[in-house]
Amino acid sequence: MEKEKVITTKQLTKQFGDFTAVNGISFEVHKGEIFGFLGANGAGKTTAIKMLCGLLAPTSGEAAVAGFDVYKQAEKIKKNIGYMSQKFSLYDDLTVRENMRLFAGIYGMDRKTIKQRTEEKLKQLELEPQADDLVNSLPLGWKQKLAFSIAIFHDPKIVFLDEPTGGVDPLARKQFWEMIYTAAHNGITIFVTTHYMDEAEYCDRVTIMVDGEIKALDTPGNLKETYEAESIDEVFYKLARTATRKAD
Amino acid sequence: MRVLLFLLQKEFLQIFRNKTILAIIFVAPVMQLLILPNAATFEVKNIMMSIVDRDHSSYSQKLVEKLRSSGYFILTDYSASYKDGLKAIEHKKADLVIEIPAHFERDLIRHSKADILISVDAINGVKASVGGAYATQIISMFNRDIRAEWLPATRYNNAPMINITYSNWYNPLMNYKTFFVPGILVLLLTLVGGLLTALNIVREKEIGTIEQINVTPIKKIQFIAGKLIPFWITGLVILTIGFIISALVYHIIPAGSFLTIYLFAAVYLVAFLGFGLLISTYSNTQQQALFVTFFFLMVFFLMSGMFTPIESMPHWAQVLTYFNPVRYFVEVIRLVVLKGSSLFDVKRQLLVMCMFALGFNTWAIVNYRKTT
Repeated sequence: MEKEKVITTKQLTKQFGDFTAVNGISFEVHKGEIFGFLGANGAGKTTAIKMLCGLLAPTSGEAAVAGFDVYKQAEKIKKNIGYMSQKFSLYDDLTVRENMRLFAGIYGMDRKTIKQRTEEKLKQLELEPQADDLVNSLPLGWKQKLAFSIAIFHDPKIVFLDEPTGGVDPLARKQFWEMIYTAAHNGITIFVTTHYMDEAEYCDRVTIMVDGEIKALDTPGNLKETYEAESIDEVFYKLARTATRKAD
Repeated sequence: MRVLLFLLQKEFLQIFRNKTILAIIFVAPVMQLLILPNAATFEVKNIMMSIVDRDHSSYSQKLVEKLRSSGYFILTDYSASYKDGLKAIEHKKADLVIEIPAHFERDLIRHSKADILISVDAINGVKASVGGAYATQIISMFNRDIRAEWLPATRYNNAPMINITYSNWYNPLMNYKTFFVPGILVLLLTLVGGLLTALNIVREKEIGTIEQINVTPIKKIQFIAGKLIPFWITGLVILTIGFIISALVYHIIPAGSFLTIYLFAAVYLVAFLGFGLLISTYSNTQQQALFVTFFFLMVFFLMSGMFTPIESMPHWAQVLTYFNPVRYFVEVIRLVVLKGSSLFDVKRQLLVMCMFALGFNTWAIVNYRKTT
């Protein structure tokens, strides 16, 4: 049986002037999978994710997210996705509870549902004692977990995570991946970029991006087999050796 | 609509949590209204005067006394020669030198004619012209007094004189504060409308929160209304605080109706909020927004008629002021506060302001993009 596709791209390209950040990438993401996007800094991961989220208009190529076209139906896509940016971007001067209420409100949820779900989420995050603290008082690891739970607060079909575990300690990273598994288990498709190779092992399928192009796309197991490598780390080095682009 | 309520709740929480913004909104206006009208005075007082009295007669002393007792001049230097008097100007000890030549009294009595020289330091143009004019006026009064002394009122008095009686309409006491305070209210509203909005939105760009907003299905108009409404309300609150201070401290109560002022202010704020929004769509950092806004506000203020009359500007500058929104509010608030003009009297200005409001906001909304 053919799996339902929630993201499809064909020759998706983004140029900034003379610079081609993303060069003709084509792939499909299936419903409910954890889809990993691997690449060095500057490989074009963030640009790709922003095009899929409707934050950046592609230069050429095709892409559909949740069945909607990125050129013409960006706002419809936005209803169906959650997004967590590389840079922490919740409101520092609002409390945990207020941030949840704000974003849930923007997605059109009613106050009663918001209240209920806020309590649930706080319990899951074990953030109940800090619920009324300003977000800027939380440690980074907690902020990231909070950002993730706000990204999936409105039950999106797909959630895009752009280097969600950057700068976070190993324990918090592990906890973070547990949250990702739970969300995937609940039927949310996860699109995650990372430059931690060990995290690639947690994904159902992995894409390796080098210099704006997709060099490999398969399950972690298959990739290791194809490239005769012990780990994804090794696969990555074999592929990334050809890179010419400098990290930004 | 419900989305908007969530956004408004968020903005107000943030405004009330930010001590700096609170101070800018509520303390700065009070300070400005208490300090500026007193410090930025249009009246010229304490003009330093150097007297070169080479006559040493009773008339020359009377004249000096008259100048001193006028309240505008302070005798800071008494020089023996005109040259010394000029030195006093050079050393910043005097603003003007009045030289009473030798034989002043004798010439006055014998020939009914005498000369006096006034030399003014014109580095400060306002002080020079006003000081010179005061001195001239006092001397001519002195002149009239001695004529009256010599020529007792007889019907043969063959020196006809025109007596001028002034009547200052709309500001009978010529109180410059009555004139200046409404201008400061305009200044405050403009700052809140233009600057705070621009900085607020660009700050969200800087810290990246706007990206989290742009990735939601929020409508442009909801986001913009969520940003503009809180500052619109803030602006009207500031105007109210301003009027309370004006009434309590300066006893300025508009001769016209508050309704006219508030209606105009409401439209004016929409225009400047749109202006701030427009700046924010072109800036990526708060620094850029700040500099660009200040550049425009500086020009707008100086060319608004707030400090100098538009009528005295060169023709091309007068034409430019028609494109300056501040000009219209300064004009209207003075008309309503001092002259008691009605809404009907200022309908032309209101119409122009509506056009500014529409223009700035349309431009800003078109230029605001969720997808780059």
